[in-house]
Amino acid sequence: MDKNGRRSPSLPMITELGHFALILALFVAVIQSTVPLIGAARRHVGWMAVGRSCALTGFGLTALAMLALMHAYVVSDFSVINVIENSHTDKPLLYKITGVWGNHEGSMLLWVFMLSLCSAAVAFFSDNLPPALRARVLAVQGMIAVGFLLFILLTSNPFLRTFPPAPNGRGLNPVLQDPGLAFHPPFLYLGYVGFSVAFAFAVAALIEGRVDAAWARWVRPWTLASWCALTIGIAMGSWWAYYTLGWGGWWFWDPVENASFMPWLVGTALIHSSIVVEKRDTLKSWTILLCIITFSLSLVGTFLVRSGVLTSVHAFATDPERGTFILLLLVAAIGGSLTLYAIRAPALKGGGLFAPISREGAVVLNNLLLSCGCATVFLGTLYPLFLDAMDGPKLSVGFPFFNRTFAPMMVPMVIAVGVGPMLAWKRGDLLGALQRLWVAYIATAVTILVAWYVTYGGPVLAVLGLGLAAWLASAVLTEYAERIRLFRIPLADSVRRAIHLPRSTYGMSIAHFGLAVSVAGFAASAFDKEAIEIVKPGGSIAIAGYVLTLDSVDHIQGPNYTAEDASIRVTRDGQFVTTMHPERRFFPLQKQTTGETAIRTNLVTDLYIALGDSDTAGSWTVRVYWKPLVPWIWIGAVIMAFGGLVSLSDRRWRVGAAAKAASGRRASMVAAAGE
Amino acid sequence: MKRAFFLLPLVIFLIIVGYFAISLRPGHDSHELPSAMISQPAPGFDLAGLNDGKPLALDTLKGHPFIVNFFASWCVPCRIEHPLLMRMAAQNHVPLYGIAYKDKPEDSSRLLANFGDPYRQVGIDRDGRVGLNFGVYGVPETYVIDSAGIIRKRFVGPLNAEVVDKELLPLLKQLGQS
Repeated sequence: MDKNGRRSPSLPMITELGHFALILALFVAVIQSTVPLIGAARRHVGWMAVGRSCALTGFGLTALAMLALMHAYVVSDFSVINVIENSHTDKPLLYKITGVWGNHEGSMLLWVFMLSLCSAAVAFFSDNLPPALRARVLAVQGMIAVGFLLFILLTSNPFLRTFPPAPNGRGLNPVLQDPGLAFHPPFLYLGYVGFSVAFAFAVAALIEGRVDAAWARWVRPWTLASWCALTIGIAMGSWWAYYTLGWGGWWFWDPVENASFMPWLVGTALIHSSIVVEKRDTLKSWTILLCIITFSLSLVGTFLVRSGVLTSVHAFATDPERGTFILLLLVAAIGGSLTLYAIRAPALKGGGLFAPISREGAVVLNNLLLSCGCATVFLGTLYPLFLDAMDGPKLSVGFPFFNRTFAPMMVPMVIAVGVGPMLAWKRGDLLGALQRLWVAYIATAVTILVAWYVTYGGPVLAVLGLGLAAWLASAVLTEYAERIRLFRIPLADSVRRAIHLPRSTYGMSIAHFGLAVSVAGFAASAFDKEAIEIVKPGGSIAIAGYVLTLDSVDHIQGPNYTAEDASIRVTRDGQFVTTMHPERRFFPLQKQTTGETAIRTNLVTDLYIALGDSDTAGSWTVRVYWKPLVPWIWIGAVIMAFGGLVSLSDRRWRVGAAAKAASGRRASMVAAAGE
Repeated sequence: MKRAFFLLPLVIFLIIVGYFAISLRPGHDSHELPSAMISQPAPGFDLAGLNDGKPLALDTLKGHPFIVNFFASWCVPCRIEHPLLMRMAAQNHVPLYGIAYKDKPEDSSRLLANFGDPYRQVGIDRDGRVGLNFGVYGVPETYVIDSAGIIRKRFVGPLNAEVVDKELLPLLKQLGQS
């Protein structure tokens, strides 16, 4: 084991280089947060330009720090405390690297790295931004960076050394050695941190006292990109929980899951309301508030996970001192921006008026329901904490609370998502829209009848949930068909229209369709079948038309564990389907046993096997689940994120050429909205 | 009037921050919440036993110090804590009693069948009423109760090896001697 452990002295400087780079990044961030701001106030071009070079330099420095820490992990430098605590020479290389952010200090470094990445991206892609706005946006980002860099350097430094070096590391938690868990934090963080750009734009707009269509057009790509990353991050986390925990569940309303879900909900509201700002020049102060709240919830998410205020699986840091620091950070960031909001927002001039029944009205409804949903999750997550703070009677909120309060709010929202895009801006015709959705009624009715027939006697609510999904999917398709005037004009003309539809329209349809797919997955989880049986090799279990036979259980040797590997032959109507291999792994160093589930999916249903304990007689407990439509939950999430990306590709083009946009209709609309 | 409306988000935020600040006050470690119940008699309970086992009642447990662990099959952190409980039961012969909190009995027994049963006895707290009386804030939670039935310590969230070896086991030993 010394083979790796002793290699470190040959490159002793790299860790220090990373440490110094991080300190330098702090100084650069201090300049970035002050000089451009003063420059913008005094209209000094040179001072404003400092923001850009600082952002790029800061990115280089934090990237260096990140690489230095990764290096320490890869070569297993056990003179670095962080590496001792979170790594081990026996760890596969992949998990040595992902271990960098699998702990508190490293994850905060990743946070700052992502932040500097965002700042650099703003600096790089902002040629068409007015210099003052760009300077202010970068300054706000600099302030956030200052806060987090101070936090890392003062309370959570990953570069601290110890002497003498430890012979080997202690971090080999097998539960964390998993691709799903290893890669979902970066996506979550990209989402969290990405919202800092929207936040910086909001604060800059408040300082300038001006929000217009152009502002909304600059903010939108950043919001969309963050939203996509967050969507993927949440889906990966949920998928990890599904295949790792061995119970077939995919969402536990765990505080950390909620922490990532809340910014997603408000961020979803934000990407919709910013469209209204862009197209109709209204809902401005509300959109600004959403920008602030979305990023605030991202910070609160970080705070919840890091401070140990709430404990959960994913939470690795429990240190009240750090918590106090983050609390001060929150007060400065959120309190400061909300104070600015209270002072400046009343002066923002509202633009176009609209009738309650209109596209704007639909977005307002969407925003209301999403915000209320978020407030519910917030209350459910923090309510126990509030009561505890008052030393009052203590109550516990389990997942039944969320299922009963959150789901009813989302049902009207999903219904409205089907109708909203059918309404015209300014003043819509609800009755007309509802009449034009006749195909959707038929599809919904047929789906409900078929589902009810197939699952006769099963849960009624789930059947209605499938109907809801069918409603949304068919409404999305109807809306698309209407846009290209399918069957109203010759097919070739429809195709031509389809080709010329803006990508953002496609993005919307795709994302809404993805929601429908996920809703079907959520609803169908009520139809799950399960069988838990104790079987001897040779014995079999029947479930949902399949027969599973336990052929053998073999003892196998993994890289840092030993495992009992079951061979389970799956047949259907006597036909061989596949062989599945659930495992139970034993990690000797940790003295810990974990289960590896085996999942066979055909993208419509999952067959899910988890291997339990064995008894002295050689029998094994085997849990089998048959889960219809469960993969659709994640497929839907991926479709949603893809929709966001498609929309993003459109926006980027428009940002690049907004002023000279050729498309007459859009150009005139932008011009009208910009006035 | 209109201005007051724009102040609202700030006011709400400050209230929330106030709560955060209180829960972070010194000595208010979330792993050892200084519950109002510390040094108080444990709330009485008499729960049906899991798998038709003996009922779990406070009065019959008194006389020796013991540990009560609230868990549930739907609780993810409990899964993390579980191997440690197994170790405590096997190596240290800790008098560990489980309370299945807001959990279906069949799910609880399945959990224990699959992952091992570290508890001497398990009581079913289906509606969470006993948890409510204890002030359980989320599962898992672990209480150390002395021979007179007084709550001595409360651990919120999953236990870890360090807490068990440095706090829980020594405390239990000390309670057993006095």
